[in-house]
Formats: sequence, structure tokens, C-alpha cells
Amino acid sequence: MARSIQSLERAAAVLRLLAGGERRLGLSEIASALDLAKGTAHGLIRTLQQEGFVEQDAATGKYQLGAELLRLGNSYLDVHELRARALVWTDDLARSSGESVYLGVLHQQGVLIVHHVFRPDDSRQVLEVGAMQPLHCTALGKVLAAYDPVAHSQAADVERRVFTERTVTDEQAFEELLEVVRARGWASDVEETWNGLASVAAPVYDRRRMPVGAVGVTGAVERVCAEGELHPHLVAAVRDCARAVSRDLGALRRF
Amino acid sequence: MSDTHATTASAHGGGPFIAAIDQGTTSSRCIVFDKDGRIVSVDQKEHEQILPKPGWVEHDAAEIWANVQQVVTGALSNAGITKKDVLAIGITNQRETTVLWEKATGKPVHNAIVWQDTRTDALCKDLGRNVGQDRFRRETGLPLASYFAGPKIRWLLDNVEGLRERCENGEILFGTMDSWVIWNLTGGPNGGRHVTDVTNASRTLLMNLHTMQWDEKICSSIGIPMAVLPEIRSSAEVYGEAVGELSGLPVASALGDQQAALFGQTCYSPGEAKSTYGTGTFLLMNTGHEPINSYNGLLTTVGYRIGDQEPVFALEGSIAVTGSLVQWMRDQMGLINSAAEIETLASSVEDNGGAYFVPAFSGLFAPYWRSDARGVIAGLTRYVTKAHLARAVLEATAWQTREIVDAMQKDSEVELTSLKVDGGMTANNLLMQTISDVLDAPVVRPMVAETTCLGAAYAAGLAVGFWSDTEELRANWKRAAEWTPRMDAETREREYRNWLKAVERTMGWIEEES
Repeated sequence: MARSIQSLERAAAVLRLLAGGERRLGLSEIASALDLAKGTAHGLIRTLQQEGFVEQDAATGKYQLGAELLRLGNSYLDVHELRARALVWTDDLARSSGESVYLGVLHQQGVLIVHHVFRPDDSRQVLEVGAMQPLHCTALGKVLAAYDPVAHSQAADVERRVFTERTVTDEQAFEELLEVVRARGWASDVEETWNGLASVAAPVYDRRRMPVGAVGVTGAVERVCAEGELHPHLVAAVRDCARAVSRDLGALRRF
Repeated sequence: MSDTHATTASAHGGGPFIAAIDQGTTSSRCIVFDKDGRIVSVDQKEHEQILPKPGWVEHDAAEIWANVQQVVTGALSNAGITKKDVLAIGITNQRETTVLWEKATGKPVHNAIVWQDTRTDALCKDLGRNVGQDRFRRETGLPLASYFAGPKIRWLLDNVEGLRERCENGEILFGTMDSWVIWNLTGGPNGGRHVTDVTNASRTLLMNLHTMQWDEKICSSIGIPMAVLPEIRSSAEVYGEAVGELSGLPVASALGDQQAALFGQTCYSPGEAKSTYGTGTFLLMNTGHEPINSYNGLLTTVGYRIGDQEPVFALEGSIAVTGSLVQWMRDQMGLINSAAEIETLASSVEDNGGAYFVPAFSGLFAPYWRSDARGVIAGLTRYVTKAHLARAVLEATAWQTREIVDAMQKDSEVELTSLKVDGGMTANNLLMQTISDVLDAPVVRPMVAETTCLGAAYAAGLAVGFWSDTEELRANWKRAAEWTPRMDAETREREYRNWLKAVERTMGWIEEES
């Protein structure tokens, strides 16, 4: 049996104590209730306070449960909130890039498209909100797999289907590809999912710097790429947009 | 706010640019646009809402003018440009809000009375005499209601001591917020231009839609000395040049906010309509060069007039409670944590479970106009969950849109081919799909959400030749999303019948009308 970590047990005891009964307790009350030395209790509380799990009342000096604890249980960012925050920036990305814009989140081992902005020409296009894209070969999916551990394990577990002759399915090659994504901060898909189409995507972070989604553009490979490389101005525009949305979600402070 | 939209001017080819001021109900904003109609920078400042009594809402016009100057400076500096890079400045404004000021000093004689203010309710009833609220409808297109500026002027004349006499002596000027801003921009007491545009003038109850001039008879019936009234001009022409910090800059457009949105959405042909989904919703449809009388509870208003071209008229219908119903679900009912979550909750079920929500919180507006109605949730059974209610909330906005569109089609005999939408609620995908379903028409969202400021910028740009004509502006309009109907006709008809049954149940709740 694995050894348990004493300080974690004690920290849990502090939280349980603050969650019940009095709710607001002073340092000595906590120390005596848990039979700890005052110095030990203080160290535990300081650490919990830094993580936002405990807060100190400014007037009385007593401790209570912190807001972060509530967020932990309610941490899921509503995808419709994400869309509302992204609206202005994704419109601007579509205008500046001249391509269609997609915003995706992880959902049932794939990418769920939660927002789609049409390519700004007058062609007929169909709104693809609600559609699913594969994780392992699309730009949005690779961003999620590279940055979100849950998406990563799903992408590693599912069968990586071949869509075109350029689809990467080999496990090691796939992992290397994600390494590149992490190193440069964006992902691409040049005819790996759809023949004739190329995409670029970058991660969107929430206020706790958790990767909550990916935003990117998709267009004809002839427009999006030049001599096999993605246009740098498109990559820059996508990354600007991802940063702007992240900033609106409160992630700026941590960048 | 000021830094969130700021990009560098260099990314937009270095200009020139058009600046638009949006003097709104809660804040004043300035947005700088480039030739493609893209936003270059924004600045915004809120002003105080003064609530002296229940139902009374006032603004300090001097504070508003100070804020307007600040946001213009702020927007230019956010864009990294100077007034030399700007070709013209346009204005859009909260409509009907009324201010009277001293010509010699520029000092307001009283706080501005805001459009929402209901202090003139009783006065409007009196003014209806034996005819009722439609006494001036044939000339003005409007019912006698407390929103409009004319009765607000009269209230000030009756309640500010000595004001009537000073008005008759020509010492006092009246304006809606467009006039106030233009007069100040162009010099104030030192030669400021005292003008208004046709769209703002059409919301005073004092302008005759058939002559596009102040109606002497109506002014005398309401008791307004004509000496206080500004000159009525078109919506897109150079009214004058700015002085001070912006000196030399042409002030070249004015449009009421909803008309500006119609213009920004490039609804330039009869039958084209836009709907702005915010706290409440305003739907305007272009009806061409003739004012169309409404027999279905809509307003007849001026859409816009470009220079000396013929004016374009519009029918207007508003829905009092749309976004505010979602806020009510969040704040009063606590069923959701954020407005966006209404979609999450509503999407967790397939339909409304038989529930219908008619949010007649302060009576039914267009096309019913029943002040004795109050809100109703109908069709409740044990099966209904909060998710069904969330769905009913979104459907309420959709059905109310349908009722207004139906009324417009009846009055104008023009069929709506598609509805252009803007405003905060367009982020709600399920709502937009539902509106398309119940209208049985496509719903389209443009790529620039700031259609109000864009409309003012477009009109100013036309006036100074930055854009050549409305066709060029149409080419700037880009479709960002389109929702097409998916509901079968049978379901639509059944659901509409149920909605109408629910509406009937709201009526007559208030027994005695005071």
C-alpha cells in the first residue's frame, strides 16, 4: 500500500474543520482542534491561502473557506459563455484572414464546434455549430490534445482513423507532432483531414490558465499555404485572436 | 474597455478614418472605422443615471458632453492617430431624450429627461383630448406616449420657473442628444449649429412626416414655442465644422440609434429589416419613400435621409422584455449563473415541454398595447423542468419577433425575405435558430456587431465622399452567420397557436386602470 502524505492529510483536516460548525476559526483554535503545533498549522494555512482554498478575514484575522474551493466544484466553463466572449474577436479574425473561423472544445473524444464564423465572401455557407471534428488530425483537435491532458489521453486511446494519405496515425509520430505544437504554440492541418483544406489553430485559456478550447481558421490549401508552409500572417492572426479571447476570459494575468 | 479593441492604425492601412460617436442611454462611446467598415479602436464612458422618483430618469447633459469629448480623444489615441487622419465625425444617439439649454452660456436649464421617463403619462392623456392617443398619428406616425420629446419639453416649460417666457424671447434652445452634441461640437455659445436630423425629429411628436418640417398646429396644441426648435436637416450632410480640439473636422451625420443600426445593417431597399436584440428589442423595416400608416400598433418613423435625396421611411416595432427576461431568470429566479447559460440549460431538452412564457411584465406592447396585461407562464404540468422554462424564455423572444414581423407585413404588404440581426443576444445560437424557425425565414448576422456606430460612420462618410454610395456600403456588409428554418410548418402553426393562447391569458389581469 502506498504511503499517505501526512501534510496533505492535515491540510484536508483543516478544510473539513473550516467546512463544518463555526466556519470562521482563528489559528490557535485550528491548531488545538487538530492537535497540531501552532507553527505547523500556520504553515498549512499559509499554503492553503496561497492556493485560494482558505481566506483570512481582514477584520478579525480568522480563517474561512476560500472562493477557489467553490470554483473547483464548479469549474466547467460554459461553452456558450465562451462563444459570447469570443464573438467580437472571431469576427475580426474572419475579416482579417478572409477565411472561416471555428472555435472548438473537447467533447466525447472529439472536437465539438461551438462557434463558426463564415468566410467573408458572398458564397453560400452552412453554419457548422454542433458538428464534431476528430482529435488526432485537425488543427483544433491537435491543439486540444497538446495542451489538455484529458484530450491527450483520449487522442492516444482512440483509433486514429486515416482520412487522407497525410493523416498521421502512428503513435510515436503523433506524440512528436504534439511536441512541435507545444513548442511553437499552434497547430496546423494541411490536408490531413480533408483534401484541399488547411487549418491553423491556437489554444484558448481561461483565468486559471486551463486550456478550455481552440480557435482557428480553415480554408483552401492554396490560400492558407505558400510553398507547403502556412502563411505567417495567418498564424499570427490566429494566435492574436486566441490571446484576445483568453484575455477576455481573464487569463491575461498569467501570461 | 478602452484598450480591449485597440489595434494599431498601421494594421488598417493608415487611414483615413471615420469616427462615430454613440451617445447612448448608459454610456457614450466613440469608435474609429476604416474604409472597409472594420473597427480600429473604441473608447467608452458611462454616465450617471439620475432617478429622482419612481418612473423618473434623468441625465446630466453637461456630464454627457464632457464624456463625449473624452471618448473621442480616447478613441483617437487608442488608434494611434490624430484628427488629421479622420475625414469626418458622425453621431448616433439615444432617441427622444430631451434637453433645454441657454443659448448664451450653453448651460442646461434642467437635467435631460430620458426616453424611459414616464412623468408625462398624465400629460399625454390630457393632450389626447377626446381623440385619444392617436390624435397626432396621421401627421407624426406616433401615438401620444411618454417616450417622445414633445411632451417632455412641455413638462419642462410647465415646471421650470420662468422658462416659457425665456423660450419665447429666444434665449433657450431645445435638442435631443444629437442636437446637444452637434451644437457643442460646432462652437456652443460661439456660433454652434442648432440642428437636428430627420430621424431624431421624427421622434418628437412635433414633426410632420409629410412635409419633414415642424408642424405648427401640433406645436401650438402641445404648447411648444417654435423658437426653441432646431433646424431639421438630413441625416448625412456636413452640419458644420468642429472647433476646439477637433477643429476643422466636419460633423457630418446624425441618426437615432435604431435608425443608425438600420443604416449600418445596409437595409437600403424596401422590405429589408433589422432587429437589435438587447435588454429590449427594436425591429425596423425599410418601407421606401412613402410613410406607411400602421393599423397594427407599429410606429411610422423616418429611416434616414441622405443629403437632398428623398427620405426613406420605416416601420418600427419594439419588444419591451427580451434580454431582460434572461437577466430575470438569472437575478430574480437564480436558475442560471450567467446570461449565456440560458442556452446551455435550454439545449438540455428537446422542446418546451408544453410551457409558454409571456413576459408582459409591464403590459403587452406591439401589436396589442394592453397595459392591463401581466406576465404569465402557461401550460405547466409536473413534467415541466427549469430547462423547459429556459426554452420557453428563448421562444418568447422568437414569438414576439414573429408577431411584430406579421404586423409589419400586414401594414406594408411587403414580405420579409430575411432578418438581419445584431446585439448581444445574437451570441445565442439556439435563440437565432428558433427565430428563423418561427419566422420561416433566414436570420443573418453581420460580421461587425457594432452596427449602430457603423451606421453613423457610414452616413458621415457618405456626406464627405469617403464612400461613394450605398452600393459601396452594401459591399462592406459581410455575413458572419446564417440560420435557416428547420421547423416543419405543422409544428410552427401549432406552437404559434399555443403562444397566442398564452398571450390571451395575460390580458385583463390588472382590473382597474388608473
